Amino acid sequence: MEILANLSLGFSTAFSLANLFYCFVGVVLGTLIGVLPGLGPVATIAMLLPVTFSFQPVTALIMLAGIFYGAQYGGSTTAILVNLPGEASSVITALDGHAMAKRGDAGKALATAAIGSFIAGTIATFLIALFAPPLADMALKFGPAEYFSLLVLGLVVSIVLAHGSLLHALGMIFLGLLLGIIGTDVNSGAERFTFGQPWLADGVNFVVLAMGMYGLGEIINNLEKKETRDVMAKKVSGLRLSWADFKQILAPIMRGTVVGSFLGILPGGGAVLSSFASYAVEKKLSKNPIPFGEGAIEGVAGPESANNAGSQTSFIPMLTLGIPSNPTMAIMIGAMMIHSIQPGPAVLTEQPALFWGLIASMWIGNFFLIVLNLPMIGLWVRLITAPYHLMFPVIIVFCAIGVISINNTEWDVFMMAFFGFAGYLFSKLECEPAPMLLGFILGPMMEEHLRRALLMSSGDFSVFVTRPLSATLLAVSLVAMVVVLLPAISKKREETFKE
Amino acid sequence: MHMGSFIKHPKDFYAGLMYALIGIGAIVIASGYNMGSSVRMGPGYFPTVLGGLLVLVGSISIIRSFTHSGEAIQRFYWKEIFLVLGSVVLFGLLVRGLGLALSLILLVVASAWASDKFRLRTALILAVVTSAFSALVFVKGLGLPFVIFGPWLGL
Repeated sequence: MEILANLSLGFSTAFSLANLFYCFVGVVLGTLIGVLPGLGPVATIAMLLPVTFSFQPVTALIMLAGIFYGAQYGGSTTAILVNLPGEASSVITALDGHAMAKRGDAGKALATAAIGSFIAGTIATFLIALFAPPLADMALKFGPAEYFSLLVLGLVVSIVLAHGSLLHALGMIFLGLLLGIIGTDVNSGAERFTFGQPWLADGVNFVVLAMGMYGLGEIINNLEKKETRDVMAKKVSGLRLSWADFKQILAPIMRGTVVGSFLGILPGGGAVLSSFASYAVEKKLSKNPIPFGEGAIEGVAGPESANNAGSQTSFIPMLTLGIPSNPTMAIMIGAMMIHSIQPGPAVLTEQPALFWGLIASMWIGNFFLIVLNLPMIGLWVRLITAPYHLMFPVIIVFCAIGVISINNTEWDVFMMAFFGFAGYLFSKLECEPAPMLLGFILGPMMEEHLRRALLMSSGDFSVFVTRPLSATLLAVSLVAMVVVLLPAISKKREETFKE
Repeated sequence: MHMGSFIKHPKDFYAGLMYALIGIGAIVIASGYNMGSSVRMGPGYFPTVLGGLLVLVGSISIIRSFTHSGEAIQRFYWKEIFLVLGSVVLFGLLVRGLGLALSLILLVVASAWASDKFRLRTALILAVVTSAFSALVFVKGLGLPFVIFGPWLGL
């Protein structure tokens, strides 16, 4: 039973005092930013990255991962209580969760979300333990041609699953790929797109880009909207579920877990898409006399389980292939690189304690969330109404301090301001930043694998279609592209994202 | 005739223009690098291909903007942009000379001004608290490389 040996290695790593403590800190911080208005996990992880410089790599990753899934937990709390999803992944929870709160069942909705997330998280942990090693084994056998085709597939799937215009998603990917190659070329030593500036010689730092777009750009966006937050239930009671309730939500939780686990692996999928897909499934299958959108408990149980399962399984491609499936995973890759770990299939064999420790910590973190957060709900309710006009200057301070402490240069501050404006401009033009971020991370990898594949084939491009695995990956990408471009499906896709 | 009457989808038009211009820029700059060949890709190879693809996507987007119609671009909130980003740039310029403590106070007050609910008194209190907290936690506690009071103060 290798899986048990692996998990026990993981739990023995995660149960060290420091790791338990920072796992706890991570999930509490995550819940906090999930509850607070206008601050997402990407910006927060970017901001806190410098704080983790002195940590052991595994401890740093455990804390950062905790922020990620903790944020979803907090996001669903605001979705239910104020009808303002704290995170994109809880948009769907707001529909029925908030309707339940209006009816006086806020406690029941919160408990459903928590229990669903926990069960989904537990199952997803086992799925990662089961599927990550064979996937990493397979990836180790990949040649450069296969890797290149895999990256193409990853980017194509992220376009297919992106909201909004396909054309813009494509444009943003190319833009990201181009941004990613700024700096010194590892092969020739030539400096590219640096305009002779020494501060660009190492390229654009990922954290600078992410903080600019998701930190500063978001702040300006939020300042435009003059919203007020009214809490539905000042006092939340009845955080318990009856046996009948539990029986009612068990099947949606299981279905949500399956949907979420699968979609989480896909690039561009992850938590957001998982929750949408699960909601659609539950709506079809529901036998509840209460219609969806008016407080059906399945509409909370399914999506909440799905988004948690999806957020956990999105670690699989990140840890085994080094391919991020969403912006948060991209920033986790950035974090690993800062701690001098090259993400990819080798992590599993070279750093088993780190890999399994991180996986085990996610289960422990989910446990913390359910045990600690339900009793702390009163505190979170008060934080939901935190005044944004006092919060955003503090966020800016953390961004500024964080960005300067990476390389100790003020040029990074100026670049962050530049990307802040770029992020704002993109949102005005409805160009999503997520595909760009993925392109940015994958750009150097893609160029390197393309170069190596062509070197080995003496410049013959047919290598990508004559090697069976590479050909399969490209064929799947092509099919995915064609399918979304079909008029009937693209119309349906638009409707799905609008819903 | 006014340009606006051609463009039915301003967002697609300007996004397309952005892709195309950046793509052209990339091709022009990369033409100064060694292209190499398919067997041995030089530093100019990949960026030139990407530049070409960006021009392609940009052109399609521009052409589409003449045939498909879409919403107008929402107005830019210049005051907010200027205060938020300007205060960050100012912080970058001042932090070495003035030190962390004072540049943070400026950063908080200037950026807080971007909000409708700005009150100088509250902003000042927030600034002092944030600045003191950052100096204690980040510099004293976590040992991040900042001077709290910079050389310009002559302390």
